[in-house]
Amino acid sequence: MTAMIRVETLSKTYVLHTQGGVSIPVFADADLEVAGGECVTLHGPSGSGKSTLLRCLYGNCKPDAGAIRVRHDGAEVDIAAADPRDVLAVRKHTMGYVSQFLRAIPRVPALDVVAEPLRAVGVPAETARGRAAELLARLRIPERLWALAPATFSGGEQQRVNIARGFAAGHPILLLDEPTASLDARNRAVVIELIEEAKAAGTALVGVFHDDEVREAVSTRIFSMLG
Amino acid sequence: MSAPLLRVKDLTRLYGARVGCRDVSFDLWPGEVMGIVGESGSGKTTLLSCLSARLEPTAGSVQYDVRGQGLTDIYIMGEPRRRMLMRTDWGIVHQNPRDGLRMGVSAGANVGERLMAVGARHYGDIRARADEWLGKVEIESERLDDLPLTFSGGMLQRLQIARNLVTHPRLVFMDEPTGGLDVSVQARLLDLLRRLVTDLNLAAIIVTHDLAVARLLAHRLMVMKNGEVVESGLTDQVLDDPHHPYTQLLVSSVLMP
Repeated sequence: MTAMIRVETLSKTYVLHTQGGVSIPVFADADLEVAGGECVTLHGPSGSGKSTLLRCLYGNCKPDAGAIRVRHDGAEVDIAAADPRDVLAVRKHTMGYVSQFLRAIPRVPALDVVAEPLRAVGVPAETARGRAAELLARLRIPERLWALAPATFSGGEQQRVNIARGFAAGHPILLLDEPTASLDARNRAVVIELIEEAKAAGTALVGVFHDDEVREAVSTRIFSMLG
Repeated sequence: MSAPLLRVKDLTRLYGARVGCRDVSFDLWPGEVMGIVGESGSGKTTLLSCLSARLEPTAGSVQYDVRGQGLTDIYIMGEPRRRMLMRTDWGIVHQNPRDGLRMGVSAGANVGERLMAVGARHYGDIRARADEWLGKVEIESERLDDLPLTFSGGMLQRLQIARNLVTHPRLVFMDEPTGGLDVSVQARLLDLLRRLVTDLNLAAIIVTHDLAVARLLAHRLMVMKNGEVVESGLTDQVLDDPHHPYTQLLVSSVLMP
Protein backbone atom coordinates (compact mmCIF):
# COMPACT_ATOMS: atom_id res chain seq x y z
CA MET A 1 0.00 0.00 0.00
CA THR A 2 1.32 3.46 -0.85
CA ALA A 3 2.37 5.63 2.05
CA MET A 4 0.11 8.63 2.66
CA ILE A 5 2.69 10.29 4.93
CA ARG A 6 6.49 9.86 4.79
CA VAL A 7 8.44 11.68 7.47
CA GLU A 8 12.19 11.72 6.78
CA THR A 9 14.92 12.66 9.29
CA LEU A 10 12.77 15.32 10.87
CA SER A 11 14.30 17.47 13.60
CA LYS A 12 12.83 20.18 15.76
CA THR A 13 14.29 22.44 18.43
CA TYR A 14 12.44 25.32 20.03
CA VAL A 15 14.57 28.43 20.63
CA LEU A 16 13.02 30.86 23.11
CA HIS A 17 14.52 34.23 22.29
CA THR A 18 12.44 36.08 24.86
CA GLN A 19 13.78 33.83 27.62
CA GLY A 20 17.50 34.19 27.17
CA GLY A 21 17.69 32.20 23.95
CA VAL A 22 17.12 28.85 25.66
CA SER A 23 17.18 25.90 23.25
CA ILE A 24 14.76 23.04 23.81
CA PRO A 25 15.50 20.09 21.54
CA VAL A 26 12.29 18.13 20.90
CA PHE A 27 13.22 15.34 18.51
CA ALA A 28 15.93 14.60 15.96
CA ASP A 29 16.06 12.46 12.82
CA ALA A 30 12.54 11.12 13.19
CA ASP A 31 11.40 8.74 10.43
CA LEU A 32 7.80 7.60 10.08
CA GLU A 33 5.60 6.17 7.33
CA VAL A 34 1.84 5.91 7.52
CA ALA A 35 -0.34 4.10 4.97
CA GLY A 36 -4.09 4.34 4.37
CA GLY A 37 -6.19 2.25 6.78
CA GLU A 38 -3.58 2.55 9.55
CA CYS A 39 -3.88 4.32 12.87
CA VAL A 40 -0.40 5.10 14.19
CA THR A 41 -0.26 6.25 17.79
CA LEU A 42 2.55 8.54 18.94
CA HIS A 43 3.46 7.36 22.39
CA GLY A 44 5.87 8.61 25.00
CA PRO A 45 6.12 10.56 28.23
CA SER A 46 4.88 14.10 28.60
CA GLY A 47 7.27 16.49 26.84
CA SER A 48 8.57 13.88 24.41
CA GLY A 49 7.29 15.87 21.43
CA LYS A 50 4.15 13.95 20.43
CA SER A 51 2.04 17.05 19.88
CA THR A 52 4.95 18.89 18.26
CA LEU A 53 5.37 16.09 15.71
CA LEU A 54 1.64 16.06 15.03
CA ARG A 55 1.63 19.84 14.57
CA CYS A 56 4.64 19.59 12.22
CA LEU A 57 2.67 17.14 10.08
CA TYR A 58 -0.14 19.70 9.84
CA GLY A 59 2.23 22.54 8.96
CA ASN A 60 1.43 24.36 12.20
CA CYS A 61 4.96 23.86 13.52
CA LYS A 62 8.07 24.47 11.42
CA PRO A 63 10.79 21.79 11.68
CA ASP A 64 14.49 22.70 11.45
CA ALA A 65 15.48 19.87 9.12
CA GLY A 66 13.97 16.93 7.29
CA ALA A 67 10.90 16.41 5.12
CA ILE A 68 7.22 15.60 5.57
CA ARG A 69 5.96 14.14 2.31
CA VAL A 70 2.20 13.97 2.11
CA ARG A 71 0.27 12.27 -0.72
CA HIS A 72 -1.97 14.97 -2.15
CA ASP A 73 -3.82 15.12 -5.45
CA GLY A 74 -1.75 12.34 -7.05
CA ALA A 75 1.64 13.75 -6.03
CA GLU A 76 3.73 14.32 -2.92
CA VAL A 77 3.87 17.70 -1.16
CA ASP A 78 6.64 18.39 1.35
CA ILE A 79 4.77 20.19 4.13
CA ALA A 80 8.08 21.32 5.65
CA ALA A 81 8.98 23.29 2.51
CA ALA A 82 5.67 24.10 0.79
CA ASP A 83 4.23 27.59 0.23
CA PRO A 84 1.38 28.61 2.54
CA ARG A 85 -1.18 28.24 -0.23
CA ASP A 86 -0.06 24.68 -0.97
CA VAL A 87 -0.27 23.73 2.71
CA LEU A 88 -3.76 25.23 2.81
CA ALA A 89 -4.77 23.20 -0.27
CA VAL A 90 -3.51 20.02 1.43
CA ARG A 91 -5.51 20.89 4.55
CA LYS A 92 -8.62 21.61 2.54
CA HIS A 93 -8.66 18.43 0.48
CA THR A 94 -6.38 15.88 2.10
CA MET A 95 -5.50 16.39 5.75
CA GLY A 96 -7.79 17.09 8.70
CA TYR A 97 -6.84 17.85 12.29
CA VAL A 98 -8.79 17.35 15.49
CA SER A 99 -7.52 19.10 18.59
CA GLN A 100 -9.07 19.28 22.03
CA PHE A 101 -9.88 22.91 21.68
CA LEU A 102 -12.32 24.56 19.35
CA ARG A 103 -11.35 27.97 18.08
CA ALA A 104 -14.84 29.42 18.08
CA ILE A 105 -15.67 32.08 15.53
CA PRO A 106 -18.19 34.67 16.68
CA ARG A 107 -21.70 34.29 15.26
CA VAL A 108 -21.21 31.05 13.29
CA PRO A 109 -23.71 28.35 14.39
CA ALA A 110 -22.44 24.91 15.47
CA LEU A 111 -24.06 23.20 12.48
CA ASP A 112 -22.16 25.47 10.07
CA VAL A 113 -18.90 25.11 12.01
CA VAL A 114 -19.13 21.36 11.39
CA ALA A 115 -20.37 21.68 7.79
CA GLU A 116 -17.71 24.23 6.82
CA PRO A 117 -14.94 21.79 5.74
CA LEU A 118 -17.43 20.15 3.36
CA ARG A 119 -18.67 23.50 2.04
CA ALA A 120 -15.04 24.45 1.41
CA VAL A 121 -14.62 21.59 -1.06
CA GLY A 122 -17.82 22.48 -2.89
CA VAL A 123 -20.39 20.16 -1.27
CA PRO A 124 -23.88 21.76 -1.54
CA ALA A 125 -25.09 23.45 1.66
CA GLU A 126 -27.94 21.01 2.34
CA THR A 127 -25.81 17.89 1.91
CA ALA A 128 -23.06 19.36 4.10
CA ARG A 129 -25.55 20.33 6.81
CA GLY A 130 -27.09 16.85 6.65
CA ARG A 131 -23.73 15.20 7.28
CA ALA A 132 -22.99 17.74 10.05
CA ALA A 133 -26.33 17.01 11.74
CA GLU A 134 -25.66 13.27 11.62
CA LEU A 135 -22.27 13.72 13.34
CA LEU A 136 -23.58 16.16 15.97
CA ALA A 137 -26.38 13.71 16.79
CA ARG A 138 -23.94 10.80 17.12
CA LEU A 139 -21.79 12.88 19.44
CA ARG A 140 -24.87 13.75 21.52
CA ILE A 141 -24.95 17.49 20.99
CA PRO A 142 -28.60 18.39 21.72
CA GLU A 143 -30.39 19.58 18.59
CA ARG A 144 -31.49 22.82 20.25
CA LEU A 145 -27.80 23.89 20.30
CA TRP A 146 -27.10 23.35 16.61
CA ALA A 147 -28.26 26.80 15.55
CA LEU A 148 -26.20 28.54 18.24
CA ALA A 149 -22.59 29.70 18.04
CA PRO A 150 -20.42 27.32 20.12
CA ALA A 151 -18.60 30.14 21.95
CA THR A 152 -21.11 29.78 24.81
CA PHE A 153 -21.05 25.95 24.93
CA SER A 154 -19.43 23.97 27.74
CA GLY A 155 -15.86 22.74 27.23
CA GLY A 156 -17.03 19.19 26.55
CA GLU A 157 -19.62 20.32 24.02
CA GLN A 158 -17.07 22.49 22.19
CA GLN A 159 -14.70 19.55 22.07
CA ARG A 160 -17.36 17.31 20.53
CA VAL A 161 -18.29 19.99 17.98
CA ASN A 162 -14.61 20.07 17.06
CA ILE A 163 -14.48 16.29 16.68
CA ALA A 164 -17.55 16.38 14.44
CA ARG A 165 -15.89 19.09 12.35
CA GLY A 166 -12.70 17.04 12.06
CA PHE A 167 -14.50 13.93 10.81
CA ALA A 168 -17.02 15.77 8.60
CA ALA A 169 -15.06 16.00 5.37
CA GLY A 170 -13.67 12.45 5.40
CA HIS A 171 -10.12 13.61 4.56
CA PRO A 172 -7.74 10.81 3.43
CA ILE A 173 -5.41 11.79 6.31
CA LEU A 174 -6.58 12.63 9.80
CA LEU A 175 -4.45 13.87 12.70
CA LEU A 176 -5.89 13.46 16.19
CA ASP A 177 -4.45 15.35 19.16
CA GLU A 178 -5.98 13.78 22.28
CA PRO A 179 -9.51 13.88 20.86
CA THR A 180 -10.99 11.90 23.76
CA ALA A 181 -9.38 13.82 26.65
CA SER A 182 -12.08 14.59 29.23
CA LEU A 183 -14.92 12.92 27.31
CA ASP A 184 -17.28 10.59 29.19
CA ALA A 185 -17.37 6.85 28.41
CA ARG A 186 -20.30 7.00 26.01
CA ASN A 187 -18.82 9.80 23.91
CA ARG A 188 -15.40 8.13 24.01
CA ALA A 189 -17.03 5.03 22.52
CA VAL A 190 -18.49 7.15 19.70
CA VAL A 191 -15.05 8.58 18.90
CA ILE A 192 -13.58 5.07 18.82
CA GLU A 193 -16.35 4.09 16.37
CA LEU A 194 -15.61 7.10 14.18
CA ILE A 195 -11.90 6.21 14.12
CA GLU A 196 -12.69 2.59 13.22
CA GLU A 197 -14.98 3.73 10.40
CA ALA A 198 -12.26 6.05 9.07
CA LYS A 199 -9.73 3.19 9.13
CA ALA A 200 -12.15 0.94 7.28
CA ALA A 201 -12.61 3.69 4.68
CA GLY A 202 -8.83 3.75 4.06
CA THR A 203 -7.98 6.91 5.98
CA ALA A 204 -4.42 7.24 7.27
CA LEU A 205 -4.62 8.30 10.92
CA VAL A 206 -1.94 9.58 13.27
CA GLY A 207 -2.92 10.25 16.85
CA VAL A 208 -1.91 11.09 20.38
CA PHE A 209 -4.19 9.40 22.91
CA HIS A 210 -3.73 9.88 26.60
CA ASP A 211 -6.35 7.30 27.41
CA ASP A 212 -5.01 3.67 27.50
CA GLU A 213 -8.39 2.20 26.60
CA VAL A 214 -8.72 4.33 23.46
CA ARG A 215 -5.09 3.78 22.46
CA GLU A 216 -5.44 0.01 22.72
CA ALA A 217 -8.75 0.03 20.89
CA VAL A 218 -7.72 2.03 17.83
CA SER A 219 -3.94 1.70 17.30
CA THR A 220 -2.64 -0.50 14.52
CA ARG A 221 0.92 0.52 15.42
CA ILE A 222 2.72 2.44 18.17
CA PHE A 223 5.45 4.97 17.34
CA SER A 224 7.56 5.41 20.45
CA MET A 225 8.96 8.79 21.35
CA LEU A 226 11.49 8.79 24.11
CA GLY A 227 12.02 12.47 24.76
CA MET B 1 -4.01 29.61 -11.90
CA SER B 2 -0.53 29.92 -13.30
CA ALA B 3 0.20 33.57 -12.50
CA PRO B 4 0.13 35.52 -9.26
CA LEU B 5 -2.23 38.48 -8.97
CA LEU B 6 0.45 40.70 -7.50
CA ARG B 7 4.23 40.34 -7.71
CA VAL B 8 6.35 42.54 -5.47
CA LYS B 9 10.11 42.67 -5.89
CA ASP B 10 12.67 44.33 -3.63
CA LEU B 11 10.26 47.13 -2.77
CA THR B 12 11.94 49.95 -0.87
CA ARG B 13 10.65 53.32 0.25
CA LEU B 14 12.95 55.76 1.97
CA TYR B 15 12.02 59.05 3.62
CA GLY B 16 15.31 60.87 3.14
CA ALA B 17 17.76 58.79 5.13
CA ARG B 18 15.04 57.05 7.12
CA VAL B 19 13.65 53.72 6.02
CA GLY B 20 9.90 53.36 5.47
CA CYS B 21 10.17 49.82 4.18
CA ARG B 22 13.08 47.93 2.62
CA ASP B 23 13.58 44.97 0.26
CA VAL B 24 10.08 43.55 0.49
CA SER B 25 9.34 40.75 -1.99
CA PHE B 26 6.35 38.41 -2.27
CA ASP B 27 3.74 36.99 -4.65
CA LEU B 28 0.04 37.19 -3.84
CA TRP B 29 -2.28 34.69 -5.55
CA PRO B 30 -5.96 35.08 -6.45
CA GLY B 31 -8.17 34.48 -3.43
CA GLU B 32 -5.25 34.74 -1.00
CA VAL B 33 -5.51 36.94 2.10
CA MET B 34 -2.23 38.22 3.51
CA GLY B 35 -1.89 39.95 6.85
CA ILE B 36 0.90 42.43 7.61
CA VAL B 37 1.58 42.71 11.33
CA GLY B 38 4.07 44.68 13.38
CA GLU B 39 4.14 47.53 15.87
CA SER B 40 3.48 51.20 15.06
CA GLY B 41 6.29 52.62 12.96
CA SER B 42 7.35 49.24 11.58
CA GLY B 43 6.51 50.30 8.02
CA LYS B 44 3.19 48.49 7.55
CA THR B 45 1.25 51.47 6.28
CA THR B 46 4.12 52.72 4.10
CA LEU B 47 4.26 49.29 2.48
CA LEU B 48 0.48 49.20 1.98
CA SER B 49 0.56 52.65 0.36
CA CYS B 50 3.33 51.58 -2.03
CA LEU B 51 1.45 48.39 -2.93
CA SER B 52 -1.81 50.21 -3.61
CA ALA B 53 -0.36 52.82 -5.99
CA ARG B 54 -0.61 55.69 -3.52
CA LEU B 55 3.07 56.17 -2.72
CA GLU B 56 5.83 55.82 -5.30
CA PRO B 57 8.56 53.47 -4.10
CA THR B 58 12.21 54.54 -4.01
CA ALA B 59 13.27 51.23 -5.57
CA GLY B 60 11.84 47.91 -6.59
CA SER B 61 8.61 47.07 -8.40
CA VAL B 62 4.95 46.23 -7.91
CA GLN B 63 3.40 44.25 -10.76
CA TYR B 64 -0.32 43.54 -11.04
CA ASP B 65 -2.05 41.00 -13.27
CA VAL B 66 -4.04 43.43 -15.43
CA ARG B 67 -6.97 41.69 -17.16
CA GLY B 68 -5.92 40.63 -20.63
CA GLN B 69 -2.34 41.86 -20.25
CA GLY B 70 -0.71 39.88 -17.49
CA LEU B 71 1.75 41.26 -14.96
CA THR B 72 2.25 45.01 -15.46
CA ASP B 73 4.27 47.44 -13.34
CA ILE B 74 1.70 49.73 -11.70
CA TYR B 75 4.08 52.68 -11.49
CA ILE B 76 5.00 52.51 -15.18
CA MET B 77 1.51 52.06 -16.64
CA GLY B 78 0.53 55.75 -16.46
CA GLU B 79 -1.93 57.69 -14.39
CA PRO B 80 -5.22 57.11 -16.31
CA ARG B 81 -4.83 53.32 -16.39
CA ARG B 82 -3.74 53.28 -12.76
CA ARG B 83 -6.85 55.29 -11.81
CA MET B 84 -9.04 52.88 -13.77
CA LEU B 85 -7.48 49.94 -11.94
CA MET B 86 -8.14 51.54 -8.56
CA ARG B 87 -11.77 52.18 -9.50
CA THR B 88 -12.53 48.73 -10.88
CA ASP B 89 -10.22 45.90 -9.89
CA TRP B 90 -9.10 47.21 -6.53
CA GLY B 91 -10.69 48.32 -3.31
CA ILE B 92 -9.10 50.35 -0.52
CA VAL B 93 -10.60 50.22 2.96
CA HIS B 94 -9.19 52.96 5.17
CA GLN B 95 -8.85 52.72 8.93
CA ASN B 96 -10.91 55.87 9.27
CA PRO B 97 -14.04 55.34 7.13
CA ARG B 98 -14.33 59.12 6.71
CA ASP B 99 -11.22 58.92 4.50
CA GLY B 100 -12.89 56.42 2.18
CA LEU B 101 -16.42 57.81 2.09
CA ARG B 102 -18.00 61.01 0.89
CA MET B 103 -19.65 62.34 3.99
CA GLY B 104 -21.83 64.89 2.17
CA VAL B 105 -23.83 62.44 0.03
CA SER B 106 -26.24 59.65 1.03
CA ALA B 107 -25.21 56.09 1.92
CA GLY B 108 -26.79 54.84 -1.29
CA ALA B 109 -24.90 57.43 -3.34
CA ASN B 110 -21.63 56.39 -1.73
CA VAL B 111 -22.14 52.85 -3.00
CA GLY B 112 -23.70 53.91 -6.31
CA GLU B 113 -20.85 56.26 -7.14
CA ARG B 114 -18.41 53.36 -7.55
CA LEU B 115 -20.87 51.71 -9.93
CA MET B 116 -21.23 54.88 -11.99
CA ALA B 117 -17.45 55.10 -12.19
CA VAL B 118 -17.44 51.80 -14.05
CA GLY B 119 -20.20 52.84 -16.41
CA ALA B 120 -23.54 52.07 -14.73
CA ARG B 121 -26.09 54.68 -15.77
CA HIS B 122 -29.59 53.33 -15.01
CA TYR B 123 -30.75 55.04 -11.81
CA GLY B 124 -33.12 52.25 -10.75
CA ASP B 125 -30.44 49.57 -11.22
CA ILE B 126 -27.83 51.55 -9.34
CA ARG B 127 -30.24 52.15 -6.47
CA ALA B 128 -31.21 48.48 -6.36
CA ARG B 129 -27.56 47.34 -6.34
CA ALA B 130 -26.71 49.87 -3.62
CA ASP B 131 -29.64 48.60 -1.56
CA GLU B 132 -28.57 44.99 -2.08
CA TRP B 133 -25.05 45.82 -0.88
CA LEU B 134 -26.27 47.69 2.18
CA GLY B 135 -28.16 44.48 3.00
CA LYS B 136 -24.97 42.42 2.61
CA VAL B 137 -23.19 44.60 5.13
CA GLU B 138 -26.21 44.54 7.43
CA ILE B 139 -27.39 48.12 7.03
CA GLU B 140 -31.18 48.47 6.83
CA SER B 141 -32.76 49.63 3.56
CA GLU B 142 -34.44 52.55 5.27
CA ARG B 143 -30.99 54.13 5.81
CA LEU B 144 -30.27 54.19 2.05
CA ASP B 145 -31.01 57.92 1.73
CA ASP B 146 -29.43 58.97 5.03
CA LEU B 147 -26.14 60.84 5.18
CA PRO B 148 -23.17 58.90 6.60
CA LEU B 149 -22.89 61.70 9.18
CA THR B 150 -25.79 60.04 11.00
CA PHE B 151 -24.10 56.59 11.11
CA SER B 152 -22.20 55.00 14.00
CA GLY B 153 -18.50 54.09 13.61
CA GLY B 154 -19.26 50.43 12.95
CA MET B 155 -21.92 51.29 10.36
CA LEU B 156 -19.55 53.70 8.61
CA GLN B 157 -16.94 50.99 8.33
CA ARG B 158 -19.50 48.55 6.91
CA LEU B 159 -20.65 51.21 4.45
CA GLN B 160 -17.08 51.75 3.33
CA ILE B 161 -16.74 48.01 2.74
CA ALA B 162 -19.94 47.96 0.66
CA ARG B 163 -18.67 50.91 -1.40
CA ASN B 164 -15.47 49.02 -2.13
CA LEU B 165 -16.92 45.61 -2.90
CA VAL B 166 -19.88 46.64 -5.07
CA THR B 167 -17.73 46.59 -8.22
CA HIS B 168 -16.45 43.07 -7.41
CA PRO B 169 -12.78 43.95 -7.15
CA ARG B 170 -10.18 41.18 -7.27
CA LEU B 171 -7.86 42.75 -4.73
CA VAL B 172 -8.67 44.77 -1.62
CA PHE B 173 -6.22 46.68 0.57
CA MET B 174 -7.29 47.22 4.17
CA ASP B 175 -5.54 49.35 6.77
CA GLU B 176 -6.59 48.37 10.32
CA PRO B 177 -10.19 47.74 9.23
CA THR B 178 -11.35 47.10 12.81
CA GLY B 179 -9.19 49.76 14.50
CA GLY B 180 -11.03 52.05 16.87
CA LEU B 181 -14.22 49.96 17.04
CA ASP B 182 -15.78 48.40 20.15
CA VAL B 183 -15.01 44.68 20.44
CA SER B 184 -18.64 43.65 19.91
CA VAL B 185 -18.78 45.77 16.75
CA GLN B 186 -15.39 44.35 15.70
CA ALA B 187 -16.63 40.77 15.97
CA ARG B 188 -19.57 41.52 13.68
CA LEU B 189 -17.34 43.27 11.16
CA LEU B 190 -14.78 40.46 11.21
CA ASP B 191 -17.42 37.80 10.64
CA LEU B 192 -18.79 39.85 7.75
CA LEU B 193 -15.36 40.38 6.19
CA ARG B 194 -14.46 36.72 6.57
CA ARG B 195 -17.66 35.68 4.79
CA LEU B 196 -17.41 38.24 1.98
CA VAL B 197 -13.76 37.46 1.30
CA THR B 198 -14.56 33.74 1.00
CA ASP B 199 -17.78 34.14 -1.02
CA LEU B 200 -16.25 36.58 -3.51
CA ASN B 201 -12.89 34.76 -3.65
CA LEU B 202 -11.20 38.10 -2.96
CA ALA B 203 -7.49 38.54 -2.57
CA ALA B 204 -6.70 40.96 0.22
CA ILE B 205 -3.79 42.57 2.00
CA ILE B 206 -4.71 43.55 5.54
CA VAL B 207 -2.54 45.68 7.78
CA THR B 208 -3.29 45.14 11.44
CA HIS B 209 -1.57 45.21 14.78
CA ASP B 210 -4.23 42.88 16.21
CA LEU B 211 -2.99 39.27 16.01
CA ALA B 212 -6.50 37.88 16.61
CA VAL B 213 -7.77 39.77 13.56
CA ALA B 214 -4.83 38.42 11.55
CA ARG B 215 -5.55 34.86 12.68
CA LEU B 216 -9.21 35.08 11.76
CA LEU B 217 -8.84 36.69 8.35
CA ALA B 218 -5.39 36.00 6.92
CA HIS B 219 -4.12 32.87 5.21
CA ARG B 220 -0.53 34.01 5.57
CA LEU B 221 1.38 36.64 7.48
CA MET B 222 4.33 38.96 7.09
CA VAL B 223 5.83 40.30 10.29
CA MET B 224 7.53 43.70 9.96
CA LYS B 225 10.06 45.42 12.15
CA ASN B 226 11.99 48.60 11.34
CA GLY B 227 10.74 48.52 7.76
CA GLU B 228 11.85 44.98 7.02
CA VAL B 229 10.01 41.68 6.84
CA VAL B 230 11.54 39.57 9.62
CA GLU B 231 9.31 36.51 9.30
CA SER B 232 6.59 35.25 6.99
CA GLY B 233 4.54 32.12 6.43
CA LEU B 234 1.26 30.38 7.08
CA THR B 235 -0.72 32.40 9.64
CA ASP B 236 -1.18 29.73 12.30
CA GLN B 237 2.42 28.56 11.92
CA VAL B 238 3.84 32.07 12.41
CA LEU B 239 1.60 32.68 15.45
CA ASP B 240 1.89 29.23 17.07
CA ASP B 241 5.57 28.55 16.31
CA PRO B 242 7.20 31.96 15.85
CA HIS B 243 10.92 31.82 15.05
CA HIS B 244 12.20 35.39 14.93
CA PRO B 245 12.86 37.03 18.31
CA TYR B 246 10.59 39.94 17.42
CA THR B 247 7.68 37.65 16.43
CA GLN B 248 8.13 35.71 19.66
CA LEU B 249 7.97 38.95 21.60
CA LEU B 250 4.89 40.08 19.69
CA VAL B 251 3.03 36.80 20.25
CA SER B 252 4.01 36.53 23.91
CA SER B 253 2.94 40.11 24.60
CA VAL B 254 -0.75 39.51 23.85
CA LEU B 255 -2.90 39.62 26.94
CA MET B 256 -5.58 36.94 27.21
CA PRO B 257 -8.95 38.23 28.38
